[in-house]
Amino acid sequence: MKLKDAQTEIQQSLGYEQGMASEKGPVKPAFEPWGRYPKYDATLLPLHWQSDYPSIIRDIHHGVLPVGLGRSYGDVCLLKDGTLLPTPAMSRLISFDPETGLLTAEAGISLAQILDFAVPRGFFLPVTPGTKYVTLGGAIANDIHGKNHHVAGTFGCHVTEFELVRSDGTVLLCSPTQNPDYYAMTIGGMGLTGLIRWATLRMKPIVTRKIDYEGIQFHGIDEFLALTEASKNIEYTVSWVDCASTGKNFCRGIFMQGDHSTKRGELKASPEPKLVFPFEAPGQMLNHWTVAAFNALYFNKQMVKRKVLEMDYEPFFYPLDIALHWNRMYGKNGLLQFQYVIPWDNAREGTVAILKEIAKSGLASFLAVLKAFGDVPSPGVMSFPRPGITLALDFPIKAGRTFYVFERLADMTREFGGRLYPAKDAAMTAQQFQTFYPEWQQLSRFRDPAITSSFWERVTGESSNL
Amino acid sequence: MTSLANSSPMKILVLGATSGIAEATCRIWASQGASLFLVARNAEKLAAVASDLRTRGARFVDTAVTDLDDTTQHPALLAHAVNALEGLDAAYLAHGVLGDQTAAEQEFTTAEQILHTNFIAPVSLVTWLANFFVQRRSGVIAVLSSVAGDRGRKSNYVYGSSKAGLSTFLDGLRNRVDREGVTVLTIKPGPTKTAMTAGMKGSEKFADVNAVAKSIVAAIDKRVDTLYVPFQWQPIMFVIRHIPERVFKKLNL
Repeated sequence: MKLKDAQTEIQQSLGYEQGMASEKGPVKPAFEPWGRYPKYDATLLPLHWQSDYPSIIRDIHHGVLPVGLGRSYGDVCLLKDGTLLPTPAMSRLISFDPETGLLTAEAGISLAQILDFAVPRGFFLPVTPGTKYVTLGGAIANDIHGKNHHVAGTFGCHVTEFELVRSDGTVLLCSPTQNPDYYAMTIGGMGLTGLIRWATLRMKPIVTRKIDYEGIQFHGIDEFLALTEASKNIEYTVSWVDCASTGKNFCRGIFMQGDHSTKRGELKASPEPKLVFPFEAPGQMLNHWTVAAFNALYFNKQMVKRKVLEMDYEPFFYPLDIALHWNRMYGKNGLLQFQYVIPWDNAREGTVAILKEIAKSGLASFLAVLKAFGDVPSPGVMSFPRPGITLALDFPIKAGRTFYVFERLADMTREFGGRLYPAKDAAMTAQQFQTFYPEWQQLSRFRDPAITSSFWERVTGESSNL
Repeated sequence: MTSLANSSPMKILVLGATSGIAEATCRIWASQGASLFLVARNAEKLAAVASDLRTRGARFVDTAVTDLDDTTQHPALLAHAVNALEGLDAAYLAHGVLGDQTAAEQEFTTAEQILHTNFIAPVSLVTWLANFFVQRRSGVIAVLSSVAGDRGRKSNYVYGSSKAGLSTFLDGLRNRVDREGVTVLTIKPGPTKTAMTAGMKGSEKFADVNAVAKSIVAAIDKRVDTLYVPFQWQPIMFVIRHIPERVFKKLNL
C-alpha cells in the first residue's frame, strides 16, 4: 500500500470511525441499481435518525429520494444528479410483542436483520422476496411479493401501520383507518409519497427453520397449470422455467413447493454469508450456449420426476443470497429484468407466446421464474401483482439487441392485458407505464414535492418541485 | 482469569452510546442479555437506541442525557450508573469529536475544545472508573482511541494529539492497574463501513461496523490490551510510525 493510500484511508477512518463523517460533507459517487443499469451520479446523504428528514434537506434545491439497499433492478432507486437518502442506518427495533407477532422497527432495517431477530424467537416474515437484503421501507414502497402470494397476498397486506414524514415536516400515522389514502398510495408508491420512518409488520409463528420441500418436473404450460391448481393449499409455490429450449423441451421446468415444517426443530439465526462473487465477469460469459448448458444441467439435477426433502429456509427462499454481489456475473453492462403479470383470461396464451418470443430471440436468461398470483387484494393502489401468471427473467445487456427484444416483449404484455413491475424495470416507455398503471396520476397527487426518482421522471416526465 | 462471557450477564456502562460503533457493539451485548447504562447528549437519539436494545433482549437498560464535557458532573453520573446497574463489570468510552483542524490551527480555543472533549473528559471518567475497579479488584475499561494518535500529521494533528494523549494515558494506567485485576483496553479502529459510506466507491474494502463491533466484544471478553481493528492496521501503523522524521515532515499528509 502506498503511503498516500494509507493516509487517505486513515483520514477516512477518522471521519467514519465514530459517526463523524457528516462534518466532511456529503459524498458523490456513481450509484447503480442491482441490475447495474443505468448508472447515475447522485449525492449521497444517509439518514441515521428518524428526525433527520426533512431537516437534512433544508439546503437542497433539487430532488431527493429515500432509498434502501439498492436491490431494485432498475431506476426506481436512482435519481440522476439528485440526492439519495439511504436509510439502512435507521435500523433500530422499536418494539416486539410475542403474543401478537407485531414487530415495529425503523424503515431502514433489512429483512435479514428482522429474520436474525425473529427466527430465534419463533417468528418468520409474513411475505419474503427472493433476497433478504432489502429494507422494510423498500419492501413497502415496492409492495413486494413472494412465493406465498396465492395465499398471503403482498407484503403490504401485513403492514398494520407506519409513519410517513413529508418534506414540509408533516407527520402522518398511516393505517387502513388513519390517513387511509396515504396508506394506500404509499404501499407500492415507490418511495415517492414521503419518508417512511417506521412500520409495524405482523410476523407469523414458526416452530423450526425447516421447510418441507417438494420439487416436481413439468413439461409444458398445461402441466404447470395443473400443478398450480393442485397446490392451492400449499403455502409456497414457485417454478423455475427453461426459456432457452424449444420443441419437446419448450416450457419445461421444475415446480417447487413448500410449507414451514410443523415438526419442532432448531430456531437459531442464520450464519453470515461468506461468499462474495469475486470479480466482474467478462461480458460474453453469459450467452445462449452457456445458459442453455446451465439450464439443461439444472433441469436434470433433479433426476426424478418428484423429489421430497426437508430443507433449511435459507436455500429455499434465498438461493442467490449465498453469493453476495452475484449480479457481477453479468459483467459491467449489467442486466435487464423483465417481469410481467398477465391476468388469468389471457395468462396461458400470453405466457406461451412470450416464452416462444424469448426462445426465438436467443437472448439468454438464467433465472426465469414462473408463478401464479392469487386473488388476495393488496391495500396498495400502485401494487404490481394481479390474479394471473407472472414471469420474471434477466437478460444480460447486449448493444442493439436486448432493448429491442425488451420493447417487443413489453408490447406483447400490453396486448395480453398484462403489466410490468416498476421495481424490476429500467426500460419500459412512458406510454407503456401509463397504460399499465392508469392510477399513476393519483400517485402524482400524493407525491412529496421534494421527492422524485429517475424512474418516475422517465415514465411521467415530472420532476421535483423544489 | 475466566472470560467475562462465561460468567453471569455483564453490566456495562456505555459513554457516547449513540455513536455508530458503540451502537453496533451494544446490539451484540443486548442480544447476550447484558445490562446496559447508556450516556449520550441527545435525548431523542438516546431513546431510540435504548428501545432498540431493550427489544433485542437487554436484561436492563437505563439512560442519562448529559454533556460529558462537563467534568464536574462525572462523579455523580458514574455513581448513579453503578447504582442503577447494581454493580459494574465494564465501562466503554466511545464519545469524541473530530473537530475542525483548520479552525484549530488559528484559534487556540477550538484546539482546546477538541483536547478537552477527546482527552481531558475521558481522563476524568477513566480516573474515577479505574479507582472504582481497583477497589473491586476487577473490571474492564475499554476506550475508543484512534490510529490517528499513532503519529501526528498536518491534516489532523489536533485530533491526533488528543488521541495520542489518551492512548499514552491508558498505557500508563494499564501499567498501574493490571496488577490490581483491572483491564485497560485501547481500541484503534481503521476505516469502517457504515451506512455513511454505503454505495461509495471503494467502500467495499472498508471494515463492516458489525465486524468491528464483534472484535471489540471479543477483545473485552479476552481482556486484550490494545486492539487495532481490523487487525491490518497494526502493521500499517507500524510502518507509518517508523518513517524517518526528515522524510515524514516533507510529506503532504
